[in-house]
Amino acid sequence: MNRPIRRVAFVAMLMFALLLANGTYMTLFRTESLAAEPQNRRVRDAEFAQDRGAILAAGKTEIATTSPSDDRFRYQRSYPAGSLYAPVTGFYSYDHGSTGVESTHNGQLAGTADALFVRRLIDLATNRAPQGASVQTTIVPAMQEAAARALGDQKGAVVALDPRTGAVLALVTSPTYDPNDVASHRIEEAGAAYDRLAGAEDRPLANRAAREIYPPGSTFKLVTAAAALADGKRPDSEVDSPDELTLPGTKTVLPNSTNCGGTRVTLTQALEVSCNTAFANLGLELGQDKLREQAQAFGFDQRHLADLNGVASQFPDDLDDAQLALSAIGQFDVAASPLQMAMVTAGIANDGVVMDPYLVSMVQAPDLKPLSTHEPTALSEAMTPENAAALQQMMVETVASGTGRNGAIAGVEVGGKTGTAQSDPSRKPFAWFTSFAPADDPQVAVAVVVEDADIPRQDIAGGRVAAPIARAVMEAGL
Amino acid sequence: MSAPAQVTVVPRKRRTTELALLAFALGIGLAAYAVVDLNVLGAVSPRFGVVAGVGAALVLAAHLAVRWRLPYADPVLVPCVVLLNGLGLAMIHRIDLINDPPLAGARQQLIWTVIGVALFVAVVLVLRDHRPLQGYTYTIGLAGVVLLLLPLLPGLGVEKFGARIWIEVGGYSFQPAEAAKVLLAVAFASYLVEKRDVLALAGWRVLGLDLPRARDLGPILLMWLVSLAVLVRQRDLGTSLLFFGLFVMMLYVATERAGWPVLGTLLFAVGAYLGYQLFGHVRVRVGAWLDPFSDYDAYYQVINAQFGMAWGGLLGTGLGEGRPGLTPLARSDFIAAALGEELGMTGLMAVILVYGLVVARGLRTALQCREPFGKLLAAGLAFAFALQVFTIIGGVTRLLPLTGLTTPFMSQGGSSLVCNWIVVALLLVVSHQARKPVVTVAPLDPDAQTTQLVRVPAAGAGARA
Repeated sequence: MNRPIRRVAFVAMLMFALLLANGTYMTLFRTESLAAEPQNRRVRDAEFAQDRGAILAAGKTEIATTSPSDDRFRYQRSYPAGSLYAPVTGFYSYDHGSTGVESTHNGQLAGTADALFVRRLIDLATNRAPQGASVQTTIVPAMQEAAARALGDQKGAVVALDPRTGAVLALVTSPTYDPNDVASHRIEEAGAAYDRLAGAEDRPLANRAAREIYPPGSTFKLVTAAAALADGKRPDSEVDSPDELTLPGTKTVLPNSTNCGGTRVTLTQALEVSCNTAFANLGLELGQDKLREQAQAFGFDQRHLADLNGVASQFPDDLDDAQLALSAIGQFDVAASPLQMAMVTAGIANDGVVMDPYLVSMVQAPDLKPLSTHEPTALSEAMTPENAAALQQMMVETVASGTGRNGAIAGVEVGGKTGTAQSDPSRKPFAWFTSFAPADDPQVAVAVVVEDADIPRQDIAGGRVAAPIARAVMEAGL
Repeated sequence: MSAPAQVTVVPRKRRTTELALLAFALGIGLAAYAVVDLNVLGAVSPRFGVVAGVGAALVLAAHLAVRWRLPYADPVLVPCVVLLNGLGLAMIHRIDLINDPPLAGARQQLIWTVIGVALFVAVVLVLRDHRPLQGYTYTIGLAGVVLLLLPLLPGLGVEKFGARIWIEVGGYSFQPAEAAKVLLAVAFASYLVEKRDVLALAGWRVLGLDLPRARDLGPILLMWLVSLAVLVRQRDLGTSLLFFGLFVMMLYVATERAGWPVLGTLLFAVGAYLGYQLFGHVRVRVGAWLDPFSDYDAYYQVINAQFGMAWGGLLGTGLGEGRPGLTPLARSDFIAAALGEELGMTGLMAVILVYGLVVARGLRTALQCREPFGKLLAAGLAFAFALQVFTIIGGVTRLLPLTGLTTPFMSQGGSSLVCNWIVVALLLVVSHQARKPVVTVAPLDPDAQTTQLVRVPAAGAGARA
């Protein structure tokens, strides 16, 4: 009976060899895909329990921090200023992922990014809990606070840029939320908080500053004006500005919401009083291609601010003349984020050069060694310096003696443009204001949008509702 | 092998080697237990002294009993088993600590270990020679079948986790299949030794294989039907596979005819196909094996075991540093996954190799044994052990569809632990009988003689196929 026993022994050996081979296969080829499964709680919990790096505002203000915790996760993420920086930091939750910088810079904050590889090895060898890198943002606390305070409970957003670098100085959206509620270690409470926020009618989780687009209304006239200047018009060139303009090919009549001051006005005058018919005529004269090219030069149809996953603003294609006339005054399907309108203003203020907006200036390893630093880069040259200077002056006039008077600051020359937009007649109009200051040496460019401006549809709305907010932000930044 | 053994080889007893190996195995188990305490609680718990004392006493008792009564028995088997039992205890202790307050699983398992070792010692002291068991073929066999089918009795059998393999008496539950495994191995061995001449008679030759005559098919068909009954009524794939595999393998070893395993495999394939077609639970198991991520909720356990082993990676998280509690039944069916997580694939493979050693030592005992009953018994017990390890660890690591078997000596559960200790005692008894010097040298090897008798009527090379 020994021969069959030897054969059985061979079969048994084969079975054990299969077990070992399968174990090897699992470890070599299945581990990674298993770790990447979204339901893998071990991976998720380990990430959630990490000593995550801090997020800082300009200076040393910590806007997202991690402190030891004695529950089942070893570290608790917290946001010391509550809701103030929520649109920047986003949140870091157990069940609902992360948003904002927490999401876009997760690898660095968690310490898993490739740049931290060597460090991770050292931590492993010295048995030290790995620590994430900290992320330095460009937000200026004073301006952020001023913007939040000025916007108050009104639904809307504020974006302030440094026109010379593209650094985001303030970024506020309202209504907002407290990320601490969602980051809580009491998973059920955090889940309930998230569900409440996600289901709320006024969408507090929406980032209205960089991830929502609105009809820009009359603030888009800056783009049309820039295109006209590029086309050879001068600030004192005259444009037809009838009281009413019948849109070509339709019976629809476009009225002026303000008195243009005559049926033929200069470009400066048209911008100052935000004359609809004058800009509609300009748009028809320029044609849609020139208008679109100018919009794209300012950054339309492109996504910006990767630090927050910003969305692209839109200038529509294939317009008929009526649609073109409306697009030239920021109506029809033109849609822009407040960030985009701040970029337009910053580009004009920066002598025509649009800087690539950014929020994260530096990533620092736990030993404070910089891992990466952001160098300001130009996105495009949207205008010639001469044309930019001309448009700057036209915007200064708008604040000095036009619709933007509420944006004026005593002792400082401010350039600005109002806007009121209504794409849907059933909704209250959006009030816009975008500005820069000081005019001779621009240091800050701001765009403000307030949804549901409770005011009749007229261009003065942007000046009444949005301009004081922009002014508060500019004052804080100067 | 037909040459008459004229020279008597006296194997060395190696009892002191065994003692050293035992100390080593015990040391690993206790160290694992202490590491769990250190990693989870930050200090060694006061209970460690008790565990260490009881462990040392058990190891010493087992060793002394073997040293006194079975001095020639294999010296590696018991240390391997002590290592597995110790690691299993440490792992159960680790899983206990996940709960707050900790569960008492390790304490229970320690009590079962004491009972297991006590029965081991009892078998060693009382039995000493396995051959008398041959006289009770049908009694033992009947007892085995009755035990196997006992959970089907209404009022006695209980269903847990979708399988009806437990009986419950006065609050104590017991898996009779574990005891049936030992009894049926003994009964098969003695039955097949008795009948092997008849069963080895060739019937038809088909494709170079000698198939048995139709009237000799009775036993294998009966066993097949019993296995199917287990599969159908108890929903227990593992036990069904284990018993049928054990029976077919012993039939093959006894008769030396390759036709039996071929026929057995075919019958198994038919049974498996029918099972897949007819029963939802078989389909669930197969589905979890092929594509667990197709249904996260249904295959939750298998998926989480995979997550755990992936999390452990090559070297493991360390005892007490993983999350084995996320896998349901981590302490019983899925203890291999918990080991894979905390000791890493390296640790799990080491454990598999220790199982391999146990199997190798059992089969070696079978080869050494000089009479057919002992040969068949040792080979059967060792193969059943191998099949069980293969099926459960293969199931947990997704080599095979999952079947609910215990991981010998490691899974929490008294019936399995105690019965496996008895299996080891039986192997040691056979091993002692096989290795002890024979007082009188027989003129002819009885094994060779019977083989000769078989081969004459079989006539031809085909008998060796």
